[in-house]
Amino acid sequence: MNPTVIILFLLIVLSTLVVTYYAAKRTKTTSEFYTAGGGLTGWQNGLAIAGDYLSAASFLGIAGAIALTGFDGFFFSLGYLVAYLVVLFIVAEPLRNLGKYTLADMINSRFDAKKVRGVAAISTITIVIFYMIAQLVGAGALIQLLFNIDYWVAVLIVGVMMTIYVLFGGMTATSWVQIIKAVLLMAATVVISFIVLSKFNFNISTMFSEMKTATPLGEDYLNPGVKYKVPLDTLSLMTALVLGTAGLPHILMRFFTVRDAKTARSSVMWATWIVGVFYILTIFLGFGAAAFVGSDTIVAANSAGNMAAPLLAEVLGGDFLMSFISAVAFATILAVVAGLVLSGASAFAHDIYGQIIKKGKVTEKQQMYAAKYASVGVAILSILIALFAQNMNVAFLVSLAFCIAGSANLPVIIYTIYWKRFNTAGAVTAMLSGLISALVLVSMSPSVFSPVEGAAIFVGDPIFPLTNPAIVSVPLGFLGGLVGTVLSGKKDLTRFAEVKFRANTGFRKETK
Amino acid sequence: MGEGRHHDGKEKNKFEKVVESKEFKELMDRKKKFIVPLTIFFLVFYFALPILTSYTKILHQPAIGDITWVWIFALAQFIMTWTLVTIYMKKSAAFDMLAQKIVEEEVSKGGKEQ
Repeated sequence: MNPTVIILFLLIVLSTLVVTYYAAKRTKTTSEFYTAGGGLTGWQNGLAIAGDYLSAASFLGIAGAIALTGFDGFFFSLGYLVAYLVVLFIVAEPLRNLGKYTLADMINSRFDAKKVRGVAAISTITIVIFYMIAQLVGAGALIQLLFNIDYWVAVLIVGVMMTIYVLFGGMTATSWVQIIKAVLLMAATVVISFIVLSKFNFNISTMFSEMKTATPLGEDYLNPGVKYKVPLDTLSLMTALVLGTAGLPHILMRFFTVRDAKTARSSVMWATWIVGVFYILTIFLGFGAAAFVGSDTIVAANSAGNMAAPLLAEVLGGDFLMSFISAVAFATILAVVAGLVLSGASAFAHDIYGQIIKKGKVTEKQQMYAAKYASVGVAILSILIALFAQNMNVAFLVSLAFCIAGSANLPVIIYTIYWKRFNTAGAVTAMLSGLISALVLVSMSPSVFSPVEGAAIFVGDPIFPLTNPAIVSVPLGFLGGLVGTVLSGKKDLTRFAEVKFRANTGFRKETK
Repeated sequence: MGEGRHHDGKEKNKFEKVVESKEFKELMDRKKKFIVPLTIFFLVFYFALPILTSYTKILHQPAIGDITWVWIFALAQFIMTWTLVTIYMKKSAAFDMLAQKIVEEEVSKGGKEQ
């Protein structure tokens, strides 16, 4: 292992621990633990959202996908970015105005029912676990490659770090780790893109011309269809990407860390600019890797292409740049998993323990203990699963998480805010039908069943033809809510008036 | 239906009254007229790209030098996203003022704000 990697690696660990130390002093109440006391400014939260969102799958995965499949890899960049319009136009402000710590809080502002909260918590936990395993497995594989240590040691290192941030520094530490990571990641990406562009004499047109012959794919490299040949599969993936973000618990939770809807809005604006610039630059990362590293070398290092960005850095800037990118990739993983632990813990400790089991009658001290125990619990559970899931396909797990988020969470969010007739039964059926259909369809899909041995988890013909079921499961989530509402026939228009008023004006709940 | 009462004669609470006020209805109306068409627009624009590339080859042709139309369309998606975000920020500042007025009026009528 080269010393530069170790020094940069330790610098990142050290600076995040310093942040955690200071954050710990400011984390005394439950609100501070879950939401940093709601005290983040627009740009801070915007950077933190970007830091939470640009996961290893985004950074390493998209760079690799573009390097190996050209435009088809860029589909991810488009979907992940346009998703922010759904967040901004439909979800962010009402969510901030109605919720406190979790998605369940927001839905329960309309329906005071344990079963609604319970199902929302289950949906949150399911998404968090899939997303978390994806991050940890990816992290393990990456660190193993970069630092030449065993997979289980790598997973443990990441696991211990994320637990320390969350346990001691809560949301304040998590947010600042995400902010630091976002800045580092942007800096690294800009530097690499600049060098790549300089190699093409700063001429984009030249770059495209040279890419026509730079890869084994020839001219096809510049057009879609290399990887995604089935139209419905492509559309289904694009549906999951654009609608999933607005239902991801760790992203939704970030909107509770700001004072009001106005700040929530401006944080989405900041995030959209930052991730937008990043996603444009993924073209340079991908093209650069394809041209200067070569697809054979990329595939040899990792068949999914995850090593494309670090390898490109090595070719362009030698050991130092390679070490820097590796350290940034490490920081990236830490920032995302810390956010995930926190949102999983909030569902367990706040929703299930505090509100359902204790019916909201918990002292501040009990809540804080519950939150910390739950964080450790979520961390241990994820580490254990990740240790056994080493051979799971990371991209599959992430797209599944997006699919569940879009199918189970988005319909209920939209109905709660905008549909007058919506009721408790509808909320439960919307979430359950989205969650169950996504899980069932995926378990019958080509990602799980393949006639070719080793290509998927089981050998056999897939019953459901699409890799990503979003195009079916998202409508099923909406349909489930509709049917449940109509069949139960109950209405509570009084409560809706209050929700509508608060969602649109930011008027706070009255104390009685 | 009499002012401030339900069909069954039960008195409406203050939220039911305020959501039926002229000012609040105007706010909702303006929000709807702004958000609904733009949301439909960006979803159509977004899905147009994969639909066109999946079912046709019209975007596979070169546009500028060797850059094909699909990249130009993709870049347009970025520009669309940033433009809509900017428009939203401007527009919602106006909604804020309207909402602020309604809330202030409500508070002055005795509704408490926490």
